[in-house]
Amino acid sequence: MTETASTSRGGGDVRLSGISKTYGSFHAVKPLDLTVPQGSFFALLGASGCGKTTTLRMIAGLEEPTTGTVFLGDKDVTGLPPYKRPVNTVFQSYALFPHLDIYENVAFGLRRRGIKSVRGQVGEMLDLVQLGDFAKRKPHQLSGGQQQRVAVARALINHPQVLLLDEPLGALDLKLRRQMQLELKRIQTEVGITFIHVTHDQEEAMTMADTVAVMNGGLVEQLGSPADLYENPETTFVANFLGTSNLIEAEVAEIHGDEVVVTAGGAKLRLPAGRCSAPTASGGRLLVGIRPEKISLAHADDAGTIPDGRNRITGRIADSSFIGVSTQYVIDSPVCPEFEVYAQNIERDSRLAPGAEVVLHWNPAHSFGLDAAQDIDAGIETVDEEVS
Amino acid sequence: MRWLRRNIVVIAGVLTLGYLIVPNLVVMVFSFNKPNGRFNYSWQRFSLDAWKDPCGVADLCGSLTLSFQIAAWATLGATVLGTMIAFALVRYRFRARGSINSLIFLPMAMPEVVMAASLLTLFLNLGARLGFWTVLIAHIMFCLSFVVTAVKARVMSMDPRLEEAARDLYAGPVQTFVRVTLPIAAPGIAAGALLAFALSFDDFIITNFNAGSTVTFPMFVWGSAQRGTPVQINVIGTAMFIVAVLLVVGGQLVSNRRKKTAATT
Repeated sequence: MTETASTSRGGGDVRLSGISKTYGSFHAVKPLDLTVPQGSFFALLGASGCGKTTTLRMIAGLEEPTTGTVFLGDKDVTGLPPYKRPVNTVFQSYALFPHLDIYENVAFGLRRRGIKSVRGQVGEMLDLVQLGDFAKRKPHQLSGGQQQRVAVARALINHPQVLLLDEPLGALDLKLRRQMQLELKRIQTEVGITFIHVTHDQEEAMTMADTVAVMNGGLVEQLGSPADLYENPETTFVANFLGTSNLIEAEVAEIHGDEVVVTAGGAKLRLPAGRCSAPTASGGRLLVGIRPEKISLAHADDAGTIPDGRNRITGRIADSSFIGVSTQYVIDSPVCPEFEVYAQNIERDSRLAPGAEVVLHWNPAHSFGLDAAQDIDAGIETVDEEVS
Repeated sequence: MRWLRRNIVVIAGVLTLGYLIVPNLVVMVFSFNKPNGRFNYSWQRFSLDAWKDPCGVADLCGSLTLSFQIAAWATLGATVLGTMIAFALVRYRFRARGSINSLIFLPMAMPEVVMAASLLTLFLNLGARLGFWTVLIAHIMFCLSFVVTAVKARVMSMDPRLEEAARDLYAGPVQTFVRVTLPIAAPGIAAGALLAFALSFDDFIITNFNAGSTVTFPMFVWGSAQRGTPVQINVIGTAMFIVAVLLVVGGQLVSNRRKKTAATT
C-alpha cells in the first residue's frame, strides 16, 4: 500500500479541502484549505489552542473532521481509520511502548503489516538515527533526545507518504532542540518524505521548514516561506508572532504612484504601496510596521549626517541592553511609545545611553503597511507562556 | 539513650515484622504437633504424621478442592468483568458514569454479614437452589469491586496516546488491544486477580450463608473447630503459606534479573 504510494511521484500532495472541527460550540479549526506539496518540509505554527494539532490529527485520522475532505495524492482518505492511512506520526510525548524494547518499538509498524523479516530494516533505521547500540534497551532507559529519535525511527521505517510531527522537540532543552532541528532536517533531506511539523516555536519553524503556515484562532493567517512571512507579514498577528515588529498608527496623507506617504505624531513616513496589505486611500488609517534590526540609530547631534530620503523619527532612549553581538534599545518616541531597535555592535557610540536624544532612520522600502482595524497587540506574549 | 535514638526505626520495624509473622509461625509449628486430645491447642511432641497424610481427615481435601475451584472461577469471572468495567469507566463518557463509579464501591462498604443475609434472601426469593452456583455468583459479585479498583488505577495512569500510536502504526482495534493496551494494563489486572483469588478462597461469612449443604475449606475449618481441630488444617495452611512466599520470591528474582540484563546490554 505505502510502497505504491511513495513511488508514485507528483500526485503525493496532502490536500485539505474545507476541513473543520468543532467540539460542541467551540470551533477548534474553522473551514480551511491547505495544500502541502510532496517532499516539502511544512510547518504549522501557532500558539496553543490555535488548531494546529487538531489539523495534524485530522490528517493522521485520529480526529474525524466535522466538515471537509482530506486528500493524499488523488485519494480521499477522510473516512479511513488511522491504521489504513499511509501516514505516520511522531507524538509530542513520543508515546513509545514502555513494555517493548527499542528494537520492537521500531519494528512495530512492520510487524503489524505482516512483514516477517524486519531485522535488516530495523537495523538500518536505528543506524539512521544513530541508536544501533540501544536496540535491547527499554524506552525509559533512554534520554529524552534518544527517545525522540526512536519515535522518528519508529514512524519513518514504514516509509509513510507523509510524516506528521506533533511538537516533537517540545520536551527537550534548548541545546538539544537545536541539535535535533538539524538532525530532523538532515533526515528529511535524506529520505525525501513530506514532513508536516506542528510547533509553537517560531524560530524552530523558520529554521526547519520550507513553507510555514501561521495559524491563529482555527484559521491560517498567512502561508509562505520563512523569509517571505518575516519580511511581508500581512496581519498584526504574524508581524508580532514571528519575531518583533514596531507598529506605528498612522494616517494616510497622500499617494504618489507606488509610494504611500503617511503622518504619525508629526512625522512624515513613506512606504511602498506594494507592501501594504490593506486598501489605502487618502485620510484612511494604516499601521506602519518596521523590524527592529532594519533601523539605524543616530545621536541627535549627528542628525545632519543622515542621508535624505530615509524615514526618520525622533525619540529618547528609555532602556538599552547589551547582548553581545547586538544591543537592544527601547526608544520613547511621540510616534510610538516603545520602539524597539536592535543595533549590531560594530562601532559602539558611547553617547547612546539611556536618556540620550536620538534620531531613528530607515530605508522606506523596509516598511510594511497593515490594516489598522486589527488588534495592534495580536500575537504578542503568546509565544513564551505556553512553553511548559 | 543515643543508641536507642539511632536504632529506633530498626527496632520498630523488627517488632512490627514479629507482630506480623508470629501468628504464621504458630500455624507452622503446630502442624508438627501430636496432640493428645481432639484439640490442637497445646504443644505435646514433634511428629510428621499430619504431613504424611494431609487428607487423612474425612472431607478435608474435598472441601479444599471445592474452594480452589470456586476461587478459580470467581477470579476469572471477576477479572474479566472488572477489567471491562474499569476500561469503560476510565475511557468512555456516558450517562450515569459518575454514579456507577461510586456504586462500584458499595459491596466494599457494606458489612459482610448484612450482605450475606441479604443475598440469602434474594436467592431464596428467586427460588435458587443453594450450592456451588450461588456461592460462585456471590463471590464474583464481591470480588468485582476490588478488581475494578485495581485495574482502574492502572488504566488511569496509561497514556491514551500509546493506543493512538499503535493505531497510527497499522494496528487495528483488536491488535491495538492485544499488543499495547493489555500488556500495559497487565500489572493492574494481575493485582486485581490475585486479590480476587485471595478474597474468594478464604471467604467464610457470605459463603456460609449461601452454600446450602456445600462445604468449602473455610466452612470445614469452622465446622471442625466445634468438635476438635485436626492437625491437617495447619498442614494445609503452612503449605499454602510456603507456596505463596515462593511465588513472591520467584517473581522478584525474575524481575530483578530482567532489570539487570536490560541494564547491561
